[in-house]
Amino acid sequence: MTNEHTTDMQQADKSGVPEQTRPGPVYTPAADIFETESSITVLADMPGVKAQDLKIDLHDSVLSLTGRITNVEGAGEIDVLREYRSGTFYRRFTLSETIDQAKIDAKLTDGVLRLELPKVEKARPRQIAVRTN
Amino acid sequence: MLVRQVWPSRPALANPFADLENRRREILRLMDAVAGDPFGEVTAGVFPPMNVTHDDNHFYVRAEVPGIRATDLSITAVRNRISISGRREIPQEHERVSYHRKERADGTFNRTIALPTEIDAEHVDARYADGILTLKLAKVAEAKPRQITVKT
Repeated sequence: MTNEHTTDMQQADKSGVPEQTRPGPVYTPAADIFETESSITVLADMPGVKAQDLKIDLHDSVLSLTGRITNVEGAGEIDVLREYRSGTFYRRFTLSETIDQAKIDAKLTDGVLRLELPKVEKARPRQIAVRTN
Repeated sequence: MLVRQVWPSRPALANPFADLENRRREILRLMDAVAGDPFGEVTAGVFPPMNVTHDDNHFYVRAEVPGIRATDLSITAVRNRISISGRREIPQEHERVSYHRKERADGTFNRTIALPTEIDAEHVDARYADGILTLKLAKVAEAKPRQITVKT
């Protein structure tokens, strides 16, 4: 199941049309993205997603985040009010910088993902000293 | 080759309907934003979004409050009303950062909901995990369903 999911998602990325492979609604998580000289940081709100249900994929400078919300309700519970649903968080970004894949760091704390994407050395801006004779 | 000229060989046109499909999705999404999804959730437009369920003995209130310290949440229960208030802080990042997107909101919130029956304020269990606050509230004895045997 997980493998199928991955393949479909990758194919979808290539054609530019993300296709769902799971039933249920897909939500766009709110995200902050900021950049320093050495890295790009992505923060995304994904309440209800556990670390093992979060998939981060980066290829061809397209970053995609997929987080599945686990339903935590008991079998005998009857709805009184429903304002949010379990489903999938999905979001895709195109990164303009070259990312050092080996040094990517992802942390999921209290439903917030913090993703640190360090830029590769050569992509960092460098001060160029002008010499005179 | 007239066909080639009419349909320039862009990669997107490998499937000539892909573009159309994208547009259809976009239109549906906009319609949802304007008219609301008839099968979707009705929200109060108040943070945080909540789900309330019940079984025979308890009410369960779940709220989506990502990125909040448990100590910054305050919960009060009076009769059949539950209030959840708190503060969400987004810590200041390093000074020399440039933002591409800033969608996550911070600040204080306070929301009160009324449950269909009274609850026992002494027996409220609150847990916070993965950005979801879960309250388990015991119903008062009068509100619990009772099995009635029919005598013959």
